Amino acid sequence: MKSVEVNSERRRFLTTTASVVGGAGALATTIPFVSTLTPSAKAKAIGAPVEADIDDLEVGERKIVKWRGKPVWILRRDDAAIDELSELDDDVKDPASNTEQQPFYARNEYRSQRAEYLIVLGICTHLGCSPVYARKGEGEAHRLGADWKGGFFCPCHGSRFDLAGRVFKGVPAPSNLVVPPHQYLSDTRVLIGDDSAVVQS
Amino acid sequence: MTKRLLALRDWVDARFPLLQLWNDHLARYYAPKNFNFWYFFGSLALFILVIQIVTGIWLTMNYKPSAELAFASVEYIMRDVEWGWWIRYMHSTGASAFFIVIYLHMYRAMLYGSYKRPRELLWIIGMLIYFTLMAEAFFGYLLPWGQMSYWGAQVIISLFGALPVIGDDLALWIRGDFVVSDVTLNRFFSLHVIAFPLVLCGLVGAHLIALHEVGSNNPDGVEIKDNKGADGIPLDGIPFHPYYTVKDIVGVVVFLIIFCAVVFFQPEMGGYFLEANNFIPADPLKTPEHIAPVWYFTPFYAILRAIPSQFGGVVAMGAAVMLFFFLPWLDRSPVKSIRYRGWNYKIALALFTLSFIVLGWLGLQPATTAYTWMARLFTLIYFLFFLLMPFYTASDREKPVPDRVT
Amino acid sequence: MINARFSIPEREPAKRGRNLIPSPVILLLLLLANPCWSAGEGGYTLRAHVDLSDRKSLQRGARTFVNYCLSCHSASFMRYNRLGRDLHISEDVLKENFMFGTDKTGDTMTVALNRREAEKYFGVAPPDLSVTARSRGADWLYTYLMTFYRDTSRPNGVNNLAFEDTAMPHVLWQLQGWQEPVYKEEVHEDGRVSQVIDHLEVVTGPVEKPQPYQEESYEETVSDLVNFMVYLGEPIKLKRNKIGAWTITYLLVLLVLVYLLKREYWRDVR
Repeated sequence: MKSVEVNSERRRFLTTTASVVGGAGALATTIPFVSTLTPSAKAKAIGAPVEADIDDLEVGERKIVKWRGKPVWILRRDDAAIDELSELDDDVKDPASNTEQQPFYARNEYRSQRAEYLIVLGICTHLGCSPVYARKGEGEAHRLGADWKGGFFCPCHGSRFDLAGRVFKGVPAPSNLVVPPHQYLSDTRVLIGDDSAVVQS
Repeated sequence: MTKRLLALRDWVDARFPLLQLWNDHLARYYAPKNFNFWYFFGSLALFILVIQIVTGIWLTMNYKPSAELAFASVEYIMRDVEWGWWIRYMHSTGASAFFIVIYLHMYRAMLYGSYKRPRELLWIIGMLIYFTLMAEAFFGYLLPWGQMSYWGAQVIISLFGALPVIGDDLALWIRGDFVVSDVTLNRFFSLHVIAFPLVLCGLVGAHLIALHEVGSNNPDGVEIKDNKGADGIPLDGIPFHPYYTVKDIVGVVVFLIIFCAVVFFQPEMGGYFLEANNFIPADPLKTPEHIAPVWYFTPFYAILRAIPSQFGGVVAMGAAVMLFFFLPWLDRSPVKSIRYRGWNYKIALALFTLSFIVLGWLGLQPATTAYTWMARLFTLIYFLFFLLMPFYTASDREKPVPDRVT
Repeated sequence: MINARFSIPEREPAKRGRNLIPSPVILLLLLLANPCWSAGEGGYTLRAHVDLSDRKSLQRGARTFVNYCLSCHSASFMRYNRLGRDLHISEDVLKENFMFGTDKTGDTMTVALNRREAEKYFGVAPPDLSVTARSRGADWLYTYLMTFYRDTSRPNGVNNLAFEDTAMPHVLWQLQGWQEPVYKEEVHEDGRVSQVIDHLEVVTGPVEKPQPYQEESYEETVSDLVNFMVYLGEPIKLKRNKIGAWTITYLLVLLVLVYLLKREYWRDVR
């Protein structure tokens, strides 16, 4: 070309600056495109945490709430039931809940934040059926044996769980019932699906 | 590092004509050095095509092509999807911007005789792009499933019904139902997101290949290939890259400023880009009181209404578009550019420009008696521009054309 | 007096021009060209005062909307939590004062009213109001809500200047009271004389306005409500202008750079 004293330094500087500024703009433009792919307000609303009242729950009663389309059980246990849990330590696969499948606050014998309440997903860890609640004393009726201390059994393939959702040995389910993230809003209300306020001590 | 990259380039180049493509179409594609304002719109049209395709892909991720869900899914995109409103406004504004840019691009060809020998085929491919774009816009306009979408589609499909003998069956076949329905919406969706974009991309490729074969015209209408230097390079040519790439980028940024002003501040554009009635879900039992097509179809719609017979109107409307195809042969002038044409063509083009704009405006108005007569007058001018062209261009008194570009 | 507002009818050429404020001359011409108020699309129009930056007004409008409109109309594209976030209403207040049909803040503003029952009762099912401000325009909404008047020939006892023979009852009568039309004679081109509505007059004032409406006039209540419905039509409107301003500022900077770059390269040419 008719290269009339090209100021190549200025040219290079302008090219670089324009490229960097333009590139930054192009990069910023990708933000909206990437954001649209995240869960929408609708998806978030459907998967939003749900609140549950627990002040009307009698001892031994179970309440079922729906969270993300799945049943969540809230079971109120008395001291006797909690004490009995340790007697079953030898019969269950993972008595201390060491398997990495639940929040830290469920990693104890009674598998809950407050011993009185068990909060678990009502979905069998075997193939996804929802187990049946069988109280203490109902063992005979459900053919679970006379010494049944209360718990859950899965109608699909016979997996059994105790009152802490711990799976018994010798049944097809591989692990304990899953504890969903949750936190207590007050003594009478619990929020399922959000444990942002629970601190690990 | 640089060595590695060069090695990679050579590796690719041994297997794919990368360097050759780059040279043929950018670094050693010589374009006339005297391009003016009117020459921005080609690259802008390509840029908008990219915007439409990308935002279209993103819209498709959340849009539901069913009569039951379509309207709600658009509002879902507008509200529930993060940044969905932005994607949607980009797409809806992009549609109108596309037509603005294409009309200006076509007008440039009419100003500087870009359709004349040896660029007849380039012009015809361009017209096919315009045709495809109209179909693409028409199919896309049904998708929000608002009242205007619905009744606009109803009216335009009925135009096919006006054809003799086959009309009714043709309209039925296009709809796939006895009325515009879920079936129609579903097939229009398919055509809008797959069929026509593919055709459009193919035609744009062909348009570029044809352009780079014959070379660009310029505001002087002088063939730069007629004056080559000793090295075989046109004396008035400059490499497209970097000269026109940096220039076109300026054009793109100016365009983006205007475009963003609309997207962020006036997405409805006073009802011209997004119509108020289209925020009412489609209701097959109730036609809105005043229905008009989107602005880019209105000149042809006005012509349709101006003709007192239904069939005649459809024919006139079709002819109004088709006549553009014949421009290269209707124009008998020996010069290309308006700069060296005589008064005949200048006046004719001015009248045509006026009639196109007035017809466009009339197409938006309700058809009163006065307006209908106005539409008839300007329809006449519109057609005379084409039909008398062989005569007034042949008898025009041109100015001498320079040998080199100015 | 409310009727004072009607004595100088401001007109607009339908809703296409919401953003293009017509000059007084055009207004005057339209006034002369079409002196009859007979309603219908784009007929008689009052101007709404829309200010989306007035958060208090939006909050009051939202309150009126959930108290009155939401009993029959849904806004099924709007989520309560978005309302709370955009209008700075805390979750507790939202649940306490705005949500009556649900306790999930992520839910949309649906309505319990059975559509079929409603159709039987009103003749038409009350439309969803999510995007009504976009289809009808703010001015139309404002006029509609201001110009209900008694008309014993109608099944629901009222008629409306913006929407002739509307099926909707005057839900806000407690806040406005009842209006009656004042007629005037109009001579047509062919010499025919007919009675047309000149303006509306409040004949029975509002009875015992419920709290918290006692301190505000009906115009203010409706103004806030329309303001809210404009927000409801397009919630992102609160933010998109700001995003646009930043985008355009950036583009202007980029324009300077690319223009300098272009000029630098083009020094070669010629």
